[in-house]
Amino acid sequence: MKDIDVIERSRAGARQKISARNVQVRYGHTAAIKNVSVDIAADTVTAFIGPSGCGKSTFLRCLNRMNDTIDTCRVTGEIRIDDEDIHDPKVDPVQLRAKVGMVFQKPNPFAKSIYDNVAYGPKIHGLARTKAELGDIVKVALEKAALWDEVKDRLDSPGTGLSGGQQQRLCIARAIATAPQVLLMDEPCSALDPIATAQIEELIHDLRRNYCVVIVTHSMQQAARISQKTAFFHLGSLVEYGDTDQVFTAPRDSRTESYITGRIG
Amino acid sequence: MIRNLDMAPSLPALVIGLAVLASFAAQMRARAASGGDLRNLASLPGPHGANAFLSVLVPAIASYAALSLVRLIGDRQGVELLSAHSVPVAVLVVAALGCGGAISVSTARFRARAAFEWWIKSLLIAAAAVAVLTTLGIVLSMLFEAVQFFQQYHWRDFFLSSKWSPNFRGNSALGILPLLWGTLYISFIALLLAVPVGLFAAIYLSEYAGRRMRNVAKPLIEILAGIPTIVYGLFALTTIGPVLRDYFAQPLGLGDSASSVMTAGLVMGIMLIPFVSSLSDDAINAVPQAMRDGSYALGATRSETIRQVVIPAALPGIMGAALLAASRAIGETMIVVLGAGAAARLSLNPLEAMTTITVKIVSQLTGDTDFASPETLVAFALGLTLFVFTLGLNVLALMIVRKYRERYE
Ligand SMILES: Nc1ncnc2c1ncn2[C@@H]1O[C@H](COP(=O)(O)OP(=O)(O)OP(=O)(O)O)[C@@H](O)[C@H]1O
Ligand SMILES: [Mg+2]
Repeated sequence: MKDIDVIERSRAGARQKISARNVQVRYGHTAAIKNVSVDIAADTVTAFIGPSGCGKSTFLRCLNRMNDTIDTCRVTGEIRIDDEDIHDPKVDPVQLRAKVGMVFQKPNPFAKSIYDNVAYGPKIHGLARTKAELGDIVKVALEKAALWDEVKDRLDSPGTGLSGGQQQRLCIARAIATAPQVLLMDEPCSALDPIATAQIEELIHDLRRNYCVVIVTHSMQQAARISQKTAFFHLGSLVEYGDTDQVFTAPRDSRTESYITGRIG
Repeated sequence: MIRNLDMAPSLPALVIGLAVLASFAAQMRARAASGGDLRNLASLPGPHGANAFLSVLVPAIASYAALSLVRLIGDRQGVELLSAHSVPVAVLVVAALGCGGAISVSTARFRARAAFEWWIKSLLIAAAAVAVLTTLGIVLSMLFEAVQFFQQYHWRDFFLSSKWSPNFRGNSALGILPLLWGTLYISFIALLLAVPVGLFAAIYLSEYAGRRMRNVAKPLIEILAGIPTIVYGLFALTTIGPVLRDYFAQPLGLGDSASSVMTAGLVMGIMLIPFVSSLSDDAINAVPQAMRDGSYALGATRSETIRQVVIPAALPGIMGAALLAASRAIGETMIVVLGAGAAARLSLNPLEAMTTITVKIVSQLTGDTDFASPETLVAFALGLTLFVFTLGLNVLALMIVRKYRERYE
């Protein structure tokens, strides 16, 4: 299975979805990301790992320009998605974010009903022609996020009233309902029990066929299970980037080795 | 009488003196009981002293308040339940008892810290009780006078008659409807201006304006909120009123009075804008940034985010702001006196002079008044109606806020 993946990918090797060059991010005067260059392939799950505070979330937010919303944050360098510079003045961040979806580290449901939380994205982008179609989109998204069975009888109750893990799955459902091409997931399973985690991992596995998925995780096992590529960040730099198998079995950098064997972080 | 005069001012001094005395004595007794080693005490001397101090002061104040209330009730009924100079004597007795009691309990095993906590709690409860009892007192005193009014004037004529023409020689028509109509009409216009403008200003300031703009505009708006309403009234009288008359009322053939519902309503609306905007601004700022980020990350524009995510989340606060503004509009007097005039009238024409409940309360109580005639007592019935109205609005505001809280928190 894994072997076929590798062959497939090397054949489609040129299909890069995202390509970042010399990306630097600073908050005020402190640098959070230093000179990161990376190519992220389409139809692939890429895992970002690294100790807390090393800049994984910061770099992820560069990819859909969410850092624009932070006053003190300055991003330099070049990021191309589908060979288009996302910092080009012609590019509308609103359009970009419709294409590059995101699940945040902390669940952030809207003060709306569960149904409206998921229907929000499809509504503003006009993805459904009829009410019934919208209902289907919501249902499928909730099913994929492994939340449907728990909420199908109370779609009208507020999303903010769900448990932390349920809120996290609601946010995942919300992100995939908008049908992005790239899905950025910041520790999507951090508040989930093993069963829900397995379901989300299955979802990610399915998504990979059509989407480019980038996932931040603190679980080495999870990174090894679901990703084909792994990037290891340390103190704002990209230390190592390669096939997941290689990074976990034969890391080139000593810092990577220390981290995955549990000596730093 | 003379005894009364030199007794009354010295009573506070005596009570405080006793309290200080009790405090020192209790500390000394505690120290003596310790036998030189303070570790033998259940509480340190400090709390013993504090407890003794409050044991004198609080009962003395409480008994003074209670006895005064008894006197007040007696006076109302026309009997002397307590003579004026028996009160200080009774208070002094209570204080002395407290002093003796506190000193005698200050033994080594006495847990003065716990006792002191108890006094503190009682004081805090007393402070809360003052607020509640004052409200109750206000309502009761209004009720008392209003009942007198309704004994002389039929309630149906008051609540259902559309004629207001008081006549101090008797035979007045005292129907509330024209006043109520004026109040609601003016408040409605005021809110129609203040709520949207205030809300939009708040949205601009919290979502669009840069930091520098916000730092300039917010204090300015707060200054606007601090202008006394009489100044707004002058503005209505000298500026808005004549402008409305010369450019709208007269050319359109809708009247020729500078005082009008529109004048008062607009100026009152201007007065309420900063009020609505700063309360809404608080509500909007309380919406977590993460919620906005969630919306932006789905590819929503800024206005979509505001309309569909931020405003719904801030709605309880915004509703609360609007209803509080409504209460203020209904209770406002000065702007109406100077802007809308004093003519009680039931009319739809917003450019005509009308008046409100508050204005009529003032006019019925100024000048030579006879506190037994219905023409004067009607003020209390009007006041009570106003009170019930604003109370209802506030309760409604609370209910709305609570309902949304439950749903979205
Ligand atoms: N809004 C911000 N303002 C200022 N500094 C920030 C901000 N967000 C992050 N930082 C800083 O940037 C650095 C990287 O933070 P980031 O959130 O990207 O870490 P992370 O790798 O996602 O960590 P974790 O695994 O704990 O989520 C940290 O040092 C952090 O203090
Ligand atoms: Mg993070």
